[in-house]
Amino acid sequence: MPGVTTMTAKSRRANRRLAADAGLLTVAAAFVLPLAWVVLSALDPHADLRVRVPDGLTFGNFDAVLTDEITFTPLLNSLILCGGGTLLTVVCAALAAYPLSRFRSRFNRPFLLAVLFATCLPITAIMVPVYALFVRVNLIDTTQGTIFFFAASQLPFAIWLMKNFMDGVPRELEEAAWTDGASAFQSLVRIVLPLMGPGVAVVTVFSFVMMWGNFFVPFMLLLTPDQMPASVSINDFFGNRGTVVYGQLAAFSVIYSTPVILLYVLVARKVGGGFALGGAVKG
Amino acid sequence: MSTGAGAARRRALTRALPVTPAVVLLALFLAGPIAYCAYIAFTDLQLTGQATSSFVGFDNFRTAFKDKAFLNAVWLTLVFTVISSLLGQNTLGLTLAALMQRASKPVRTLVGGIVITAWVLPEVVAGFLLYAFFRREGTLNAILDWLHLPSQNWLFTLPILAVSFANVWRGTAFSMLVYSAALNEIPKEITEAAEVDGAGGWRRMWHITLPMIRRSIGTNLMLNTLQTLSVFGLIWVMTRGGPGNRSQTLPLFMYEQAFQKSMIGYGTAVALLLLVVGSLFSMVYMRLLRTEV
Repeated sequence: MPGVTTMTAKSRRANRRLAADAGLLTVAAAFVLPLAWVVLSALDPHADLRVRVPDGLTFGNFDAVLTDEITFTPLLNSLILCGGGTLLTVVCAALAAYPLSRFRSRFNRPFLLAVLFATCLPITAIMVPVYALFVRVNLIDTTQGTIFFFAASQLPFAIWLMKNFMDGVPRELEEAAWTDGASAFQSLVRIVLPLMGPGVAVVTVFSFVMMWGNFFVPFMLLLTPDQMPASVSINDFFGNRGTVVYGQLAAFSVIYSTPVILLYVLVARKVGGGFALGGAVKG
Repeated sequence: MSTGAGAARRRALTRALPVTPAVVLLALFLAGPIAYCAYIAFTDLQLTGQATSSFVGFDNFRTAFKDKAFLNAVWLTLVFTVISSLLGQNTLGLTLAALMQRASKPVRTLVGGIVITAWVLPEVVAGFLLYAFFRREGTLNAILDWLHLPSQNWLFTLPILAVSFANVWRGTAFSMLVYSAALNEIPKEITEAAEVDGAGGWRRMWHITLPMIRRSIGTNLMLNTLQTLSVFGLIWVMTRGGPGNRSQTLPLFMYEQAFQKSMIGYGTAVALLLLVVGSLFSMVYMRLLRTEV
């Protein structure tokens, strides 16, 4: 008799698993269609707007877009903007997180609340005044101005994440270093940061990915076409080059998206899936 | 005694020193623009002729609430937020997370990978993919034709619905991750005990799971809504806010007023309203997190 109940329980569980799998796969089928379009069209010599099996494989689309003007300059611009912005964000966030995590002060709570508040602000809303302000102080159409703004807009969330990761590093290790006469800065760089490697990686990759994909900020703050990152220059496929060659647009989209997908996979492996990030923001 | 206090103060200052770069950056490039926003929202600053702007009080706001185009943008923003954030991302994200708890590992990995890829893609690329999907000659209509269902030009007939679905496609992964993390924290014993007591799937979800993850639901809703309020690139790429202004949410309206119509003051007033709404949501979010800080 007990054997029978476990059998039905087991088969019920198996059925439930099957139902869950079927449900998930149905949703995934809807999600995968646009992704399939971009991959197939990039390889299709006669790509149009719908998903279909290419009538021949070609790398012609990639060949056509792999020029200085279309791909390399915008990607380099993206790299400079996002690399610079990320570096600034991570350095400032690590420095700011250290005293917040290690020392008690009556300023910690208000500061963290302000940071949390700023994390949530819709950055889109302040782009018009930022533009007006940048015109006034001559930062409009400059790479450094855009980098500064990128860093400032990403900094609140970076500080918040960094502080939470830093709280996870036990103080005892540092206290040993302090008694040996290490300064706070030394213990941050030599002890705390290396111990929270995955945390730093998460903050770095997250900031970089957010900037890499951001369209509105460079769209507003940069004017010269030569300075535009890929997120803005991709629109030229519709404007400047006459009829839209969808295969080339798809090929460029693939090239432009690959770095962030790779970075995500890299960091997800390191910290055990995107679920860690989900856990970090849920509070 | 006084030297002791001085030393303590000096020590407090040294300790606060590392925060300075962050504070300077935030003050100059975030707080500065916000303050400037609050100032020029009350002026008639225009894109041309910078020198001649004057203080106009609440005129911009009065104009806004009489402006049909503005009210249209408010309505569309509401529709966009409710459909794509509350109903779409939030519900679908929770459903996916709940199904993943039971699904087999290979399916879980595959589906998670696909949904997260849609999220990691740059905003503009996501816009193009969904533009291709919804166009008259695009994939959606191809499928509808194949099923012998009526096809239509979605970006023309139902633009706000198309961009809302695009935002669901792009943003669901975030909710899925938040809810997966929350569901993983529910102790197995509790759900198993309920199962032994004979509570069915839906009742377990409603009476046990949902109450236990209510904090995650709250924070996820806040973050989703804030995210959705500031969507610009996705809509810009898909429809430019059109046809006419039938998918023109507040960020696109603000942009059009400020740059295509050169009314920076008016555009900023709209931006300030958006910022105020965002701040209110922020504060609710912070209350939900208040035990954490």
